[in-house]
Amino acid sequence: MEKKVLLSIRNITKVFPGVKAIDQVSLDVKKGEVHALVGENGAGKSTLVNIISGVLKPDGGELIFDDQPYAPANPREAQARGIGLVHQETALCPHLSVAENVFLGRMPYKAGGLVDFKKAWLDTKKLLQNFSTDLNPKVKVENLSVANQQLVEIVKALSQDCRLLILDEPTSSLTDAETENLFRIIGELKERGISVLYISHRLKEVFRICERITILRDGVLVKTLNTSETNEEEIICQMVGRNIDHLYPAKKGGNGEEILRVENLSGQCFRDISFSLKKGEILGFAGLVGAGRSEVARAICGIDPLETGQIYLNGQKVRFNSYYDAIRARVAYLTEDRKNEGLFLKMSVVANLVVTSLREVTHHHLVQQEKEQSLAARYVEKLQIKTADLFQKMINLSGGNQQKVVVGKWLAIDPVVLFMDEPTRGIDVGAKTELHYLMRELCDRGIGIVLISSELPEIIGMCDRVIVMNEGCKAGELGGEEITEQNIMRLAATQSDQSA
Amino acid sequence: MNPSLEKQAVQSGGTTKQKGILARAFAIREFSLLIIIIGCAILLSFLTPHFLTVPNLTTTAIGLAADGIIAVGMTVALVLGGFDLSVGSVMALSGVIAGSLYLGGVNIWIAAGIALVVGMICGLINGYFIGRVGLNPFITTLGMMSIARGASYVLTKGSPLSLAGISKGFKFIGGGQIFGFPMMVLIYLLIVVIMDFVLRRSVVMRQVFYVGSNEKAAALSGINVSKVKTGVFFLTGTLAAISGILTLSRFTVATPNAGMSAEMRAIAACVIGGASLSGGEGTILGSVLGVILLALVNNALILLNVSVYWQDLITGMILISAVLVDFLSHRSRFLRD
Repeated sequence: MEKKVLLSIRNITKVFPGVKAIDQVSLDVKKGEVHALVGENGAGKSTLVNIISGVLKPDGGELIFDDQPYAPANPREAQARGIGLVHQETALCPHLSVAENVFLGRMPYKAGGLVDFKKAWLDTKKLLQNFSTDLNPKVKVENLSVANQQLVEIVKALSQDCRLLILDEPTSSLTDAETENLFRIIGELKERGISVLYISHRLKEVFRICERITILRDGVLVKTLNTSETNEEEIICQMVGRNIDHLYPAKKGGNGEEILRVENLSGQCFRDISFSLKKGEILGFAGLVGAGRSEVARAICGIDPLETGQIYLNGQKVRFNSYYDAIRARVAYLTEDRKNEGLFLKMSVVANLVVTSLREVTHHHLVQQEKEQSLAARYVEKLQIKTADLFQKMINLSGGNQQKVVVGKWLAIDPVVLFMDEPTRGIDVGAKTELHYLMRELCDRGIGIVLISSELPEIIGMCDRVIVMNEGCKAGELGGEEITEQNIMRLAATQSDQSA
Repeated sequence: MNPSLEKQAVQSGGTTKQKGILARAFAIREFSLLIIIIGCAILLSFLTPHFLTVPNLTTTAIGLAADGIIAVGMTVALVLGGFDLSVGSVMALSGVIAGSLYLGGVNIWIAAGIALVVGMICGLINGYFIGRVGLNPFITTLGMMSIARGASYVLTKGSPLSLAGISKGFKFIGGGQIFGFPMMVLIYLLIVVIMDFVLRRSVVMRQVFYVGSNEKAAALSGINVSKVKTGVFFLTGTLAAISGILTLSRFTVATPNAGMSAEMRAIAACVIGGASLSGGEGTILGSVLGVILLALVNNALILLNVSVYWQDLITGMILISAVLVDFLSHRSRFLRD
């Protein structure tokens, strides 16, 4: 039996000054269908989602929702019609509790106009139980991990009478277990006849849970395909408009001399960590979100305090009291939070690239414009950063190109050890592959890279050796053929009583 | 002004974005402001014969110099993403300290030197609490504003100190003239030229822009954020003290009421000149033009016999209009982000 169409998008066009963000896009989302929307960054996915959810108004075309014309004036109207949106970057109020966020703007009342916190807490607890999580509804959102914050957003969207749920990159910061959980819930929603518009870069997930896939490229709808009649390769080709032969570069590191060794490192969120890193090697840090991977890297670099332990760089004992010291020793940490910790969005590409090496473009305490521009131009060229010119503000660049700038600013200090924390999060397939090849190229030139990633295929595809962390401890080390999904998950997810 | 604008125009040449020179010029805040100021001046010279006279222009220029020097420091504080509410009070305190030391028998130059150091210390204290301890700049400088003003009242017991018989040399720096140009205005211009260059070109000020644009990212790029912050509040305090000493020299009276709400006028001038309260943006030239525009309006009210009580009201309207124009012209861009 053919399913009924819930949302029909007809010839929608949206023009921004200078660009057609989406051009004559038409697609149908059926009732109870999980429909994937894929495309590279800048393909127009977000614009389309913003139109459906009432954030933007289209410049042409029409929407039909449940056989009625649908033109939401604002997000609230879209919500009232039954469209729930979970953003890629969480849009919660950090100072409020989980329950207050879930019921934001519609907190239950008692007689006399007082907020009925008890009811809100109980209701939230009930909703959370669907996700088999023991999250406390009274906890402030700012104290939650990114993964749990995203969970709260999903719960918030579901708590409203929702008929079409839009999930924008929902799993980009979820662990595999949490992702499984989400898929289970998506399955349940489907049973209840709720449609899901699923936006993701992760094609594996798309193929697992979606019935149909719509591909956007440069604002134009390329194709809508039935999942059963296509494969990942075809989708990738359609997305990027060309073939990508090898997703990951060949591994070849691990034979160089030791460059970094840490012994018995302990800090706030981790205990007794020891490992070594060789020249030209990519060492993976795998583990669940919150296992303490980023914390170890930050403590080594002097960003967070270190309680005990020794660090040897090139055989010399070192201790970085501030991050500045680490940078001078050419040890760098590339943050996982590109927007908040990595970039100066209002400043130019040049300013972002030279921030770490001001000393080199300076003469008599003055910034030499020719020098900084030539340094920036060198990295724009080397990393193939797509930008109109060097003076473009960062905010105008796509996610992938922004990330390349962050990488570039660390290459500018000529690093010997580079910690890369989720370097490919939220960037499109093409840029991701480019970054992966770049990392290998850097290793060939003798840099040691520590790659922290929650994406197992990335860890498996990229790393010469992998350290798995579990609740702040090193659960094990894998090399060569041992680096498999099963081995990593076994170490990452076992309870800590075995790790001793 | 953005030093890279010309080059940007050259580099993006050949793309579809080519606009006329005029349209590009108007996209620069300072240019539009300059046009408005010139327009006001032309209008005023038709309305009253007293405007375009040497005495009037000289007095107006001297009058705006004190606020202008403070606004230079405020621009840097705004670029940092903060502001300094204590500048008006520090200005008064430095004048009062120099004045009371002089009346106590200290040489006026030494007294002025000590006053300058006091201003610097006030700035350092602000800087310490904001930069090192991590207190909020609003609260910290609000406290310092009250402390410095209070200290001025304590030292003078509330009444102005008259510095009769003060040396001609000291009087010259605030009240003298070189080739018909008032000294105070020349000093102001000197500070402007130096600070404009420093803000655009020096590494230290570049770091201020980084911190103002994204403090976390600046720290994670190896910039010593607390040092940068301390330095900026040291600068605002120092410039406030210079302004206070010049004002003392000009009037030869140390009044504890000096610089009343100068901090607000300075912030208003900077914002009119294109600085943003969220940090990362602002130019010295913009603050100069903002100060001039506000002084011009003040002057117009006096010359046209409008009660001076209108001044604050009109200043407020100009401030909101400036921000509104900014918001409307950028809104489409914000929406897209």
